[in-house]
Amino acid sequence: MDSVEKLLIQYLPVLIAAVIAFFLVFSALIGSRLLAPFSIEKQKADTYECGMIPIRSANTNIGIRFYFYAILFVIFDVEALFIFPWAVSFIALGPESFIFMSIFIFILLIGLAYAWKKGALSWR
Amino acid sequence: MISFLVVNPFIDSLLKILSIVGLMTVSAMGLIYLERKIAARFHMRLGPTRTGPAGLLQSVADALKLVGKEDIRPASADAWSFELAPYFVFIPAFMMFVTIPFTLMLNVEMLTLGLLYIIAISSVSIVGWVMAGWGSDNRYALIGALRAAAQGISYELPLVLSVLCIAMIAQSLNLNEIIAQQTIVPNILLQPFAFFLFFTSALAEMNRAPFDIPVGESEVVGGPFVEYSGIRWSMFFLAEYTALLIMSILIVALFLGGWSWPFGEKLGTSWQILLTIMKTSLVIFLIFWVRVSVPRMRIDQLMNFCWKVLIPLALIQIFLNGLILVFHLPTFLLAVSSIMLMGVLVLIINKSMQNLNKNHIVKNNLESA
Amino acid sequence: MSNKQIETQEILVNMGPQHPSTHGVFRMVLSVDGEMITDVQPYIGYLHRGAEKLCETMDYRQGIGFMDRTEYLANFNAELSYVMAVERLLDIEVPERANWIRMILVELNRLSSHFMFVGAFGVDCGVFGTPFLYSFRERERLIDFFEEISGDRMMYAYFRPGGLAWDVPANFVSRVEEVLSSSEQGIKDMDGLLTNNEIFLSRTKQVGIIDGKAAIDWGMSGPSLRASGIEYDIRRAEPYLYYNDIDFDVITGINGDVFDRYFVRLQEMRQSINIVRQCLANLTSGAILADAAARNLRTPPGEVYIRTEAPRGEYGIYLVSNGDNRPYRLKIRSAGFSNLQALRDMVIGSYIPDAVVILGSIDIVLGEVDR
Repeated sequence: MDSVEKLLIQYLPVLIAAVIAFFLVFSALIGSRLLAPFSIEKQKADTYECGMIPIRSANTNIGIRFYFYAILFVIFDVEALFIFPWAVSFIALGPESFIFMSIFIFILLIGLAYAWKKGALSWR
Repeated sequence: MISFLVVNPFIDSLLKILSIVGLMTVSAMGLIYLERKIAARFHMRLGPTRTGPAGLLQSVADALKLVGKEDIRPASADAWSFELAPYFVFIPAFMMFVTIPFTLMLNVEMLTLGLLYIIAISSVSIVGWVMAGWGSDNRYALIGALRAAAQGISYELPLVLSVLCIAMIAQSLNLNEIIAQQTIVPNILLQPFAFFLFFTSALAEMNRAPFDIPVGESEVVGGPFVEYSGIRWSMFFLAEYTALLIMSILIVALFLGGWSWPFGEKLGTSWQILLTIMKTSLVIFLIFWVRVSVPRMRIDQLMNFCWKVLIPLALIQIFLNGLILVFHLPTFLLAVSSIMLMGVLVLIINKSMQNLNKNHIVKNNLESA
Repeated sequence: MSNKQIETQEILVNMGPQHPSTHGVFRMVLSVDGEMITDVQPYIGYLHRGAEKLCETMDYRQGIGFMDRTEYLANFNAELSYVMAVERLLDIEVPERANWIRMILVELNRLSSHFMFVGAFGVDCGVFGTPFLYSFRERERLIDFFEEISGDRMMYAYFRPGGLAWDVPANFVSRVEEVLSSSEQGIKDMDGLLTNNEIFLSRTKQVGIIDGKAAIDWGMSGPSLRASGIEYDIRRAEPYLYYNDIDFDVITGINGDVFDRYFVRLQEMRQSINIVRQCLANLTSGAILADAAARNLRTPPGEVYIRTEAPRGEYGIYLVSNGDNRPYRLKIRSAGFSNLQALRDMVIGSYIPDAVVILGSIDIVLGEVDR
């Protein structure tokens, strides 16, 4: 058995779990379909608006403040992925790799400070 | 204890996962019952008492009721995202069970990159939340979903960074190896700040109080799930409690020494299970306790806390850990640095409290007005 | 093309009438830009029962019950304004004992009303029920006590023009002491649960600010006005009953924010306990109903405006009589209605969760807003 195959076999349970979880939800929905009562009524299919008739569809271009967070998240998450392989082996790699990684983290902190100063992290 | 014969990896993991299904269902029902009972005791109420002895069958009754309830989809909802959202929320929560270390031997499959796997999978459920919120065509749901997305992705980072702190000490991403190294000193003593980071971010990831902003009952009336009813809604509920269980076991594994501390590997499997259960119960109790004690934060405060406080401090912690470990400085410095950062955190919170206390309207009385 | 922005729209979020935190059937339509509120449109009237008009069809004694049903969290206070208005028209003197008992009950009712506020406010801030149930325990004790006196848990109808319906039970003094000591503990509990909590402080401080001038311009009164630093309490400014003989502080806030409105109420509860203690010391024996008060009252023609300090602020009764045995016109000036007008000023520019907290801090009772 070569190593790639071994690695894949390790992830076999993950696939099985996904399939079983899918069928769990699916069977629950089917079970409910069989047991629960269903009636067609127009009022019931309205969305909940605190007892009022919906003003108009909710799916509009709503202004969100989360856009910058999303970008920052992508940057930092990729960075975290870079740190992961380093984190599990940096003692063996010695001080040199540590210095490189500190520079990397430092640059990121500066990036965060820049975004902070530019107001990407504020809400108003 | 149960130890499946490793005849065929496929059959082996299939059987294990099927037993996980049972475990998950029972534990989710148990947790719901416990949460109601514990919250009731905090409130000086009795909680469920009528169904079965001491209300023990309350969750069963609830589950039966939910299966028998009509499953309504709003006419204006986006059919695909509305119907698929429960899958996207539930399946990742369930998939995390694969690499959870109940004991040294008892787990489905100890992935070598287990920690990374759990973090990667757990963030998938955010997609489900956004699908549910967007698909419902409801304003509360939409706002709740956007909040869930912002909060979910932001608190992913402190979570990852705190895990990194532990991975640096353990030099591994395999959960069993991380646990095995905590036989003498659990990581919570070495890295109290990382523990705080992980606990806080886990609460935020699970959308539990005080970070239950996306589902805030008094604001957005249940958030993304406001339009869901019956069995579909209960899928979200099940996923929530599954995530609670997994996060608690993870906290135990990463910081409290899992099955290992304080007795090591000598302990038999059944004792290891007992130890895990006890520690997990403690963590879950702590989470319930937090829930009944504190008000909900506001979304901007939450984001500020994450980006301006937690992430910089977490990066500093990683830097300090690297410094201490790479130059083989004494281990107790890890604890010292972590406690120092905890101190910094307390100072920051105190500072912001002082800012709040600044009076900015001059006291005026009837004459001047 | 390159600098074309993605256009976003404000959405209208409808809160109420069926919403967990609109304190009844209040409805507000928030225009939100993301999470920030740019406009708010309040709608009232879902609980309108025409109480004022109904009072015109009933004699003076039946009207007492309607006061209970407008201000259903501080019924004694509402009854007090009404019976005082009728008494002023009739020009009758109320026996001393009846007045002392009235004062005790009114202050205890203030306590129970504020307990309700603090508990509900905790829920608005998002605590999972703990302060709510703790404060409701205290409120329950007070309400049990009111039931012992009046025979009803909510709609007491105990005050009469000229005095009280009947005398209090023999163990009145000891029971008042009991509920006072439990309430004292309850206030301490609230301090522990909310007042010193960092998250609670960050949610409430510097949120929903209204300054003293704007508060007066909107006609605010009661704790909501005092929180903005205006030292105006009808019990002090225009003393009625025996408030002149009683020693108490008028609590004022500094910033006029949500926290101040909460804190002023909490401190006021301590003052109420203080007032009740002094009233108990002064309680005399004697008649509880003026001799002049007949069963079927017939007032001389005239008009009168009486206001008292209810838990939510000025509760005024404007009564016009044409000599009949029922009011020709009755107008209720309710504190909640006036205080609610300031909502727009406070809410605009804050976030959606703030709107809930601000509404909670005004402490409205829809029964008296809509009447």
